[in-house]
Amino acid sequence: MATKGIVTGIVSNLVTVEVDGPVYQNEICYINLAGTKLMSEVIKVIGKYAYVQVFESTRGLRAGDEVEFAGHMLEVTLGPGMLSKNYDGLQNDLDKMEGVFLKRGEYTYPLDKERIWQFTPIITPGTTVVAGDWLGEVLENAQHLKIMVPFVFEGKYKVKEVAPKGEYNIFHTIAVLTDENGKDHEVNMIQKWAVKKAVTAYKEKPRPFKLLETGVRPIDTANPIVEGGTGFIPGPFGTGKTVLQHAIAKQAEADIVIIAACGERANEVVEIFAEYPHLTDPHTGRKLSERTIIIANTSNMPVAAREASVYTAMALSEYYRAMGLKVLLMADSTSRWAQALREMSNRLEELPGPDAFPMDLSALIANFYARAGYVKLNNGSTGSITFIGTVSPAGGNLKEPVTENTKKVARCFYALEQERADKKRYPAINVIDSYSKYIEYPEFQEYIENHIGTDWIPKVNDLKTRMQRGKEIAEQISILGDDGVPVDYHQTFWKSELLDFVILQQDAFDAIDSVTPIPRQKYMLDLITDICEIDFKFNHFNDVPVFFRKLINICKQMNYSVFESDDFNKSLEQLQHAVSEQPKLNEQE
Amino acid sequence: MTKAFQKIYTKISKITKATCSLKATGVSNDELASVNGRLAQVVKIDRDEVVLQVFAGTEGIPTNAEVVFMGKAPSLKVGDQLAGRFFNAYGDPIDGGPVPEGIEVEIGGPSVNPVRREQPSELIATGIAGIDLNNTLVTGQKIPFFADPDQPFNEVMALVALHAESDKIILGGMGMTNDDYLFYKNTFSNAGALDRIVSFINTTENPSVERLLIPDMALTAAEYFAVEKGEKVLVLLSDMTNYADALAIVSNRMDQIPSKDSMPGSLYSDLAKIYEKAVQFPDGGSITIIAVTTLSGGDITHSVPDNTGYITEGQLYLRRDSDIGKVIVDPFRSLSRLKQLVIGKKTREDHPQVMNAAVRLYADAANAKTKMENGFDLTDYDNRTLAFAKDYSRDILAIDVNVNTMEMLDITWRLFAKYFTPEEVNIKQELVTKYWPK
Repeated sequence: MATKGIVTGIVSNLVTVEVDGPVYQNEICYINLAGTKLMSEVIKVIGKYAYVQVFESTRGLRAGDEVEFAGHMLEVTLGPGMLSKNYDGLQNDLDKMEGVFLKRGEYTYPLDKERIWQFTPIITPGTTVVAGDWLGEVLENAQHLKIMVPFVFEGKYKVKEVAPKGEYNIFHTIAVLTDENGKDHEVNMIQKWAVKKAVTAYKEKPRPFKLLETGVRPIDTANPIVEGGTGFIPGPFGTGKTVLQHAIAKQAEADIVIIAACGERANEVVEIFAEYPHLTDPHTGRKLSERTIIIANTSNMPVAAREASVYTAMALSEYYRAMGLKVLLMADSTSRWAQALREMSNRLEELPGPDAFPMDLSALIANFYARAGYVKLNNGSTGSITFIGTVSPAGGNLKEPVTENTKKVARCFYALEQERADKKRYPAINVIDSYSKYIEYPEFQEYIENHIGTDWIPKVNDLKTRMQRGKEIAEQISILGDDGVPVDYHQTFWKSELLDFVILQQDAFDAIDSVTPIPRQKYMLDLITDICEIDFKFNHFNDVPVFFRKLINICKQMNYSVFESDDFNKSLEQLQHAVSEQPKLNEQE
Repeated sequence: MTKAFQKIYTKISKITKATCSLKATGVSNDELASVNGRLAQVVKIDRDEVVLQVFAGTEGIPTNAEVVFMGKAPSLKVGDQLAGRFFNAYGDPIDGGPVPEGIEVEIGGPSVNPVRREQPSELIATGIAGIDLNNTLVTGQKIPFFADPDQPFNEVMALVALHAESDKIILGGMGMTNDDYLFYKNTFSNAGALDRIVSFINTTENPSVERLLIPDMALTAAEYFAVEKGEKVLVLLSDMTNYADALAIVSNRMDQIPSKDSMPGSLYSDLAKIYEKAVQFPDGGSITIIAVTTLSGGDITHSVPDNTGYITEGQLYLRRDSDIGKVIVDPFRSLSRLKQLVIGKKTREDHPQVMNAAVRLYADAANAKTKMENGFDLTDYDNRTLAFAKDYSRDILAIDVNVNTMEMLDITWRLFAKYFTPEEVNIKQELVTKYWPK
């Protein structure tokens, strides 16, 4: 008998329910509002009263309305057919909903019940398997998706039967597994998983070391992220956080991209809906929408589902990682999730922590980031979840709880700077303040030496030193004046400007400049580093900007041209000519 | 309004500045009630105890006040008769005209399913170059002016509203001074535009909590015209800081723990619920929101502008330029996020690069100015950027400039050629070849 209850109190979306039987923390229940069922989650229990957060508006709800408990926690339905879907925070398929406006209490099935899949068995009867082991595969959008032993299966199982190669829908039994007590379990293509629990069906989680190419120069060149790495992008509004996120999501070399639009603008999601079906994945040539899943809880959708949306996105990512795929998970923005927690904590009248956020905020953030990572599966394959979250710091102040707690756990930090954005220097990533801890990993350095070159990391460090030096000199010049510093200070400053304009700035709206593959990044870094190493001779500080502006202009034309095309080579010749014309310090007159 | 079968309660157990509590049954959340004739709304239910928020305040409410529950959430009668009319926060006429007829709908209705939205792609020309050239607006966009109270934001908003091509203009006034209310009324009627304007006004003379209803009233009317009639609707909300202040008052009286700047922890969601009503519908109707958020001494780190900035699709700043003695649209901090959807596509191909190059040179001028103020010698380049900046302010940024976008681009190219070489301007070669004045 399922537990039932009666509504006794309502404050906004926090509802108190008097229950007639056992309930458990985080159990899902449905409140019956004049025939409409409102999905809710238990977040606190005192005696026979359960406090539930309602994932919908509670307008019209009355004391005395009936509640039914579902007997499970908030869970996702995993199976083939999720790619290119648009879900809300609770994994409802938004495209299946009728009408222009969202209707309260309308829940849609996340998978396609009728769709037929071409199934190929992988395992043979008699094999011993555990949760997460691969039983067979189906093909979806050119991805070989595995049908696995459900994650909830504990202990060892013996494969009794496997369906032969053939066409089945998701509900068809594709394997029968016998547990240690001799009991048979039928497995089909779908499984359920409680989103707040991490999937741990893998052998080990080694340190990540493989570069994840994003095509964004200030990331790949200056502060690279790795497959299975974690990063975060804090930035005041208007600094290009969303543009940068979209660039990464479009260009990154990943098998699956999951975007959790968590409490952000609906038009940003619409942009993805509108553009992705027409854009191609630069690595496979297939449509971007084929590898993408969107979890949309936009800022006007129910607040309680905002927290659920990031967990739903993570659970989906873990499902694909267990198949040995490279998953990129982007959450924009984790601050909105933290704010949703704050609203609820406030209604529960908990004692607040800093800035009225709940006290366990740091633990929640740490646990969430810890679910990302690079894993070795039981069968020796590897899979990864690379997680990049954005943070929207209140007032642009990085000393606020969400930024500080995220900084403790994320390994890459991309600091977007108001000053750079004001000067239209995009992406507005401040390379000096930003960091990637992975550059220091010996495993990563070895990988780079084998895949890009032995001089790459020294050159990257050199770039950062030059940027730092350029910044120091700019400050000195603003205090002492142009003629208050030696002429070669001007040269050092303008070399940092050259690096900034050519390597670190990138036009996200230009078809060519927006995505730079690694070989091209290496070519340009080599080229500019070589120029920076020349000691040019200038008679007057006024001549320095004239010369470097010319170089910047030529290099920008190169960035806008197809790599190694005629236009590109013509600009390259101009550049070499300009460099050779300029007198050098150690040359004889 | 009272119907025969409605039960009248007369025993109030608790009264605070903004709320009163009583025992009542069968009451639903968000339901409206009348307390001695004053409108109130259910904000909390605990078994048979109900807490009502009285919009006009509880001054003079006796413990034996008559309380009647209306069985419905706040609503508005929508229909074509709304056009040309002025209403208060409850949707009652304040212009002396009759009560309009229409279909009653609850305000603060559901959100649009994001997959049913259309990507905004239609430019709204205003003739103001600081907006059209540098911060192009698009239908379905939401954007505020961030302005200090002494800046002429109401004048600029009225100007934008009248220049912009739209079928209806809905004005939501929150804590508006009576003078500003009359200014809008006169400006719109002098322009002969009254018949396409609907106004919901809460002036400084009205109770502050009432203004919490204004945005939802205005947007419910906007949804009627955009959804039912497929019209392009422009919603003006002035001033959203007053709205947020009213939220803070209510949350304080409800004993909620305040977060930053004494604002409620739900400020982001509360504001997003309003701004996200801006939408482009698939069948052509749209709601575009232009709002005002007043700042205190230009401080945008305050919770209200800060949260707003994260919700809206850009923001516009006004600034007085001492070089030309006029108000300009500040090119550094102003931003229209949706401009990328139209510039260079619905306008001319050179638009994005011309816009960026001009702002970059304007930034160089700002650096030169700092140098000059610190008493350093200026280079030839510095002097040229300063001269450029002055022309650019006068011919492009000033809000009294009224030209079309092609002319704006041509003017900017002429200014480039007047002061700079193509290398200094740093624009794609093919565009320079095509557009650089010979």
